Amino acid sequence: MTRRINIWAGIDWAVVVIYLLFVLFGWINIYAAVYNEEHSSIFDLSQRYGKQLIWIIAALLIAVTIILIDSRFYIFFSYILYIAVLLSLIAVLLFGKEVNGARSWFEIGSLSLQPAEFTKFVTVLALARYFSGEGRTPASFKNLVFPLVIIFLPALLIALQPDHGSALILFSLVLVLFREGLSPYLFVTGILAAILFIATLLVDSVIIYATIIIAGFIIHLLTGRGARISFGGLGIYLLTGGGAFALIYFITGNAMLEMVFIIALVVSGFIYAYYIYRYKATNVLILLAFLFGSMIFTYSVDYAFNNILLPHQQTRINVVLGIESDPSGAGYNLNQSKISIGSGGFSGKGFLQGTQTKFKFVPEQSTDFIFCTVGEEWGFMGTSLVVILYSILLFRIISLAERQRSAFSRIYGYGLFSILLFHFLINVGMTIGLVPVIGIPLPFFSYGGSSLWGFTILLFIFLRLDASRSEHLV
Amino acid sequence: MNSLKDIYSSRKIFFYAIVIIAALILLSRLFALQVLNKSYRVSAQNNVLRYVTQYPARGLIYDRNGKLLVYNQAAYDLMVIPGQTREIDTLELCTILGVDQEFFARRMRAAVQYSEYAPSVFLKMVSSETYARLQEVLYKYPGFYVQVRTLRKYTYPSAAHVLGYVGEVNNEEIKSDPYYRAGDYIGKNGIEKSYELQLRGQKGLKIFLVDVHNRVKGSYQGGRHDTIPVTGSNLVTTLDIDLQRYGEKLMGDKNGSIVALEPSTGEVLALISTPDYDPSLLVGRIRSENYTRLQNDTLEPLFNRALMASYPPGSTFKPVNGLIALQEGIITRNYEYFCDNGYYAPGIHVACHHFASFNMPEAITASCNAYFCNAFRLLIDNPKYGSTAEGLNRWRSYLSEFGFGSKLGIDFTNELAGFVPRPSFYDNIYGENRWRALTIISMGIGQGELGTTPLQMANMTAIIANRGYYMTPHIIKAIDDDTLAVDQSFRQRHEVGVDSSHFEVIVEGMKGVVNGGEDATARWVAIKDIVMCGKTGTAENPHGPDHSIFVAFAPEKNPKIALAVYVENTGFGSTYAAPVASLMIEKYLKGKIENTWLENYILNPPRPQVREEVEEEKEEEIKEEEIDEKN
Repeated sequence: MTRRINIWAGIDWAVVVIYLLFVLFGWINIYAAVYNEEHSSIFDLSQRYGKQLIWIIAALLIAVTIILIDSRFYIFFSYILYIAVLLSLIAVLLFGKEVNGARSWFEIGSLSLQPAEFTKFVTVLALARYFSGEGRTPASFKNLVFPLVIIFLPALLIALQPDHGSALILFSLVLVLFREGLSPYLFVTGILAAILFIATLLVDSVIIYATIIIAGFIIHLLTGRGARISFGGLGIYLLTGGGAFALIYFITGNAMLEMVFIIALVVSGFIYAYYIYRYKATNVLILLAFLFGSMIFTYSVDYAFNNILLPHQQTRINVVLGIESDPSGAGYNLNQSKISIGSGGFSGKGFLQGTQTKFKFVPEQSTDFIFCTVGEEWGFMGTSLVVILYSILLFRIISLAERQRSAFSRIYGYGLFSILLFHFLINVGMTIGLVPVIGIPLPFFSYGGSSLWGFTILLFIFLRLDASRSEHLV
Repeated sequence: MNSLKDIYSSRKIFFYAIVIIAALILLSRLFALQVLNKSYRVSAQNNVLRYVTQYPARGLIYDRNGKLLVYNQAAYDLMVIPGQTREIDTLELCTILGVDQEFFARRMRAAVQYSEYAPSVFLKMVSSETYARLQEVLYKYPGFYVQVRTLRKYTYPSAAHVLGYVGEVNNEEIKSDPYYRAGDYIGKNGIEKSYELQLRGQKGLKIFLVDVHNRVKGSYQGGRHDTIPVTGSNLVTTLDIDLQRYGEKLMGDKNGSIVALEPSTGEVLALISTPDYDPSLLVGRIRSENYTRLQNDTLEPLFNRALMASYPPGSTFKPVNGLIALQEGIITRNYEYFCDNGYYAPGIHVACHHFASFNMPEAITASCNAYFCNAFRLLIDNPKYGSTAEGLNRWRSYLSEFGFGSKLGIDFTNELAGFVPRPSFYDNIYGENRWRALTIISMGIGQGELGTTPLQMANMTAIIANRGYYMTPHIIKAIDDDTLAVDQSFRQRHEVGVDSSHFEVIVEGMKGVVNGGEDATARWVAIKDIVMCGKTGTAENPHGPDHSIFVAFAPEKNPKIALAVYVENTGFGSTYAAPVASLMIEKYLKGKIENTWLENYILNPPRPQVREEVEEEKEEEIKEEEIDEKN
């Protein structure tokens, strides 16, 4: 009995309060989003708001159950749970019910379950389990193989449904790897690649090539090997570039600037390579690799976008990046979503007063676009409150994770953090046109039992681990 | 399994930073979207607010006896807002509307061209059956909705030129009056045009909330911003529809016009221009097709001869010249002039068919050319004016008092001024001081350059009936039963500046035309128990047979009706115009026709070659052939 009392006392109630606020506010917004005058009671079980109440009650029971279970259970059963969910992901592909062209749901009587929502906590459990093993740090490459498989396997199965949003989310767990010691070079390279990827789609590749070359020159200048050498290198590049330009223009009659940049780098690369070999300048080698890598990457992205992606996929990306404006086509959802949030103003139109919400201009408004209701009816006061509460929750999770004495709990905490952060960022970001419209729910807010339960389990396992952090040092 | 040393703990800073940066990005974006940018509020309103114009019923139009002439019936316009439409099954919509897909695409393009966000008319005047079917499926077609408006309906297929018609506003009309929106209707002609402001009423606006499927979800803020349409004013016209219809019947397939006035008030009792058309031809979807057909008709049924055709008045003008000569003291009632089968002056001969001496009333009765040529010459070339030009100016000033040479100001928009030549007109032709009264002597008998409209001639007749004044002719008696609402200028007497005693001389002559002795030119159309005063005339027509004219008023004392009848290409005044005038007067004053022989003569006219024989038989007293009448 004493132990049980200790457990309840060890629960981080700040997180629980935020969780309850989110669930309650979410429920109210679902009520507004699907409000139906013929069923105006929020407890009407034939409506989504009535059902969400059942999911909430069930979620609370699940949360209590999780707290009551011994924390060692999660550690010992992490792989087994992971495999069980993997099997269910395979099963859903075979026996799932097809909705809107995707096999994501099991239908058991009147209850629909979405295994992808339960994948998140088991993947985090499995990752935590792996890296809590002695000497398993992501700092060494050989330790990255198994974790990447842990992430890739469910992501692949979910992508097959297809549910790209939920699959993509699992890659947020790369953040955990960084926390646990992943090489910053690898990490930064990944981030640079992401930036370069977006930049390639946004601006002309010639400008990117020019920027890369200038960046390379500046970096070399800053590394302090001598301004003379930096300018010499740039001079060599410009000379070969000028020669390549003259040659190409003479032969083809066209100024193929992309080719000029690449040929100039290849030709002058031999001269740089000689310099590197002669003076053993390894950091210049890294710089040269950076230049080559960036250019090849940009070229590949450009090529892939124009030649591999299907037109509707190109359109989706274009809409997000603001290249294409098409209010009645692919951008319709985004446009209506922005109108909803934008029209809310500072203080909102008031509960049940949102015309965008009430008259269903935004599709999926009780699920993926629930943030629109917040924006329209509660205004900037409502949206900023949600953003700030989320930030507080994420801050709290970091500090809780950092106070763990076991690697397992800490890694699990960062896994929870990564998943929540990305869900929050992408979901809110997509409703206001900052990121692509990727169909993922806003944790704790969006309508749906599976989603609510999945996030509840994800969160409360961490709270349970945290509550017993002093008990055992797993 | 434990790994107690955690060497990467410092990396937590990075995660805190991510959260802060992410929160700042989201918050600033939300702030920009929600607080700084106001345009989304407008977009949200455009999404849900549907502005539906409430068209008021156009005012009704009655005749002087309270008979309903024009009323309304409901019609439905299908409207479209291109910016709100989606990919739809056009085939179903086309089938319901009974149009082809090509038409659909064309209308859509036109609508997009007009505006993405403002409604434009997609299909005008959908039938009520189509409307009922449309109502059931309209939810499937966001951006489409139905607007109710009214169409004109006519009790009688008559008085088209008076009533006018209603049509869609054109660009100039939209520009000149911001009240109108594309697709609105406006009076295009007749009363509908001149009383547009009174008839149209005031449009109302209803604001509805619609959902994403374009289904109406109720009124916006409980209808607080709605405005109620104000029905147009009802007009009581001065028209006697029975007389109007009777006149139209008498005119039959003849071209011409009748203008009948109530002399004491200037009220238009009948205003007929033939050929005319059934006013209901220019209503609804058949309108444009019929309009084109009417417009291309060589007989010009859309042309209102009563107001817009300018003819030389011919002998019907002699009373005016007589009055001026009397007033100016050039001649007196008993001044006699001998007609020697015509008027002879150096280099001039005007034919006439008498061999007798006439005084003024007799000259009117006999329509003696010689008498009036002489009188005109005495007047224009009178030394007291100093010059021929001054003489003509003097004459012109009388004519302008009689309402010639300028618009009378009737409440129609398409009235013609007619033409009374100035001295400069002749100076240009002949040179200054190179012309005399004899040069322009044909104006003495109403021919030549003079141009007057049937309305002006009816008004002239009213002046004679009133013995010296007229009230501006007008078609509207009361607006919403308020007679004071009518333009007050219609209640002002216009004195023409001729002594009433002179009028009695002319009346005596005109009385003789119908009721006089053997020189009377229209004796055969006299009405039993009613003293009708009239004057025959023939308008010279260089393009074909002359036009038959007759002006008349009755009764002699305290006249109730004055009219001018023009029948084109039927020759002398008495052959056609006189019997029509007689029948009109009998109809109006007695309410019925007792002279059924005359009515039958007009409605079933004998073949032209026997016509004159028939007339001779009827009017045995008249020894003169009708040829004289030309004078």
